[in-house]
Amino acid sequence: MKYAYYPGCSLESTNKAYDISFRAIMYHLGIAMIDLEDWNCCGATAYISISENVAFVVSGRNLALAEKTGATDVIAPCAACYLTLRKTHEYMMEYPEIYAHVNSALQKVGLSYEGTLRIKSPLEVIINDVGLDKMRIAITNPLKGLKVACYYGCQILRPRTDFDDPEEPTKFEELMKAIGADPVYFSFRARCCGGSTILTYEKQALRMSKNILLSAKREGADIIATTCPLCQINLDAYQRRIEREFKIKLNIPIVFFSQLVGLALNHTYKEMALDSSIISPKEVLKPYIERTTKVKES
Amino acid sequence: MDKETEKVLDSEMESSAEMPKQEFYITKFEKDLLPEFELEKEFFEEIYSMPGGEKVKECIQCGTCSGSCPSSYLMDHSPRQIFAMIRAGMRKDVLESNTMWYCTSCYYCYVRCLADIKITDIMYALKRLALRDKNIKIPDIKPVRFMESFSALVKRYGRNHEPIFMALYYLSTNPFSMFRQLFVGLNLFIRGRLPLIPKKIKGADDVKKLMEYAEEEEVR
Repeated sequence: MKYAYYPGCSLESTNKAYDISFRAIMYHLGIAMIDLEDWNCCGATAYISISENVAFVVSGRNLALAEKTGATDVIAPCAACYLTLRKTHEYMMEYPEIYAHVNSALQKVGLSYEGTLRIKSPLEVIINDVGLDKMRIAITNPLKGLKVACYYGCQILRPRTDFDDPEEPTKFEELMKAIGADPVYFSFRARCCGGSTILTYEKQALRMSKNILLSAKREGADIIATTCPLCQINLDAYQRRIEREFKIKLNIPIVFFSQLVGLALNHTYKEMALDSSIISPKEVLKPYIERTTKVKES
Repeated sequence: MDKETEKVLDSEMESSAEMPKQEFYITKFEKDLLPEFELEKEFFEEIYSMPGGEKVKECIQCGTCSGSCPSSYLMDHSPRQIFAMIRAGMRKDVLESNTMWYCTSCYYCYVRCLADIKITDIMYALKRLALRDKNIKIPDIKPVRFMESFSALVKRYGRNHEPIFMALYYLSTNPFSMFRQLFVGLNLFIRGRLPLIPKKIKGADDVKKLMEYAEEEEVR
């Protein structure tokens, strides 16, 4: 297996923490990734609403670039990128007219895509390819007693359902158990945070995020771990606004799963860029952070 | 049945009997219904010809989609109603409703649909049809501006860049509401999460070429 890494726009700017921490844990686990060069935006949900043709061609360019490197798998950490790349790949394979169209367009810039790639999310890579047994051995700073609410978001579960159950997923919780934490079950863990409508229909999006945060809070979660950069922004950066709007008290930090895994692999708070969360996780993670620095000194 | 409810029912029956029958039965939607030979056949074609679009014929009107939708309470017509309306040939009503614009692409309906209709994809298709038809009045311009700003930016730089995207979007809709985002933006900026200068990728011209080529194909 040879991995190509497609970070996506949000991992370059607003969610650098995800990029930093994921690269660090992959390095730690000894898995090499080819950095895709000169990739472009996947198009998310915007192009498909304007023109199907443009949407498939634009994300087809990324697939073509990845195939050119000789990789067999593409890792797309951003859930929207994951879905878009995967959709393009699957539609190209399923409908010959789309395959022909995308390739005729790609030819104009000297590229082509044959369809040899598999598109994976980081969770999939760590759970299915690395394996939880290997994870358990690699952990040196288990996050014992940390109550983590595992928030999946939408697009790594749906509509492609081969990774986990689309409505009652369990794999994320298993990973958190493997790193020593206590996953908390909460009913909104696979619901939508409203990320794609935060700029257009703000009230609706805030309401949807509120439900998720409240649900996790009620189940006694200390921290929410997520896999989607759009969910992270929505739940973290807008949390104060939600508190004001709905007159509730939340104050629950939102981090990426890779940051927690990194911490359990004995990386420090700074190395995992945990300070980039707006609701600071410092208080909650205090016992584990102290341990990492102690081990490093000795 | 107790006597009182019987009385009420009786009186209702009487009052309905008094009314002229035709007017009583014509509801808002039924007025728009056309006899079969007058239906806009092209609308069916438009929907059925897209990948997986044929499945709309198999909708059993169970309402699972409407029940699963996190924003159906805001929609003019719930997803279930939209499918019934598509099959009734109510092109204008379907395309002028706000239903597809409230879709957040969470794909709950998609995985739950008993008839395997790719509902989220149909919603995208409805958006495209509404945008392309100049006679259709789109209920809210905000999501359209959102997509236009996004695609303009990618055409230029090859990637998305949040600050410029936000600026483009707010300037084209309501510049004053930008101030409400200022607090969020500031918080992100302090933590180094908002780079102000956009990076242009080397293949930006390629991306532009691809987009223009694909757009031309679409028109044809």
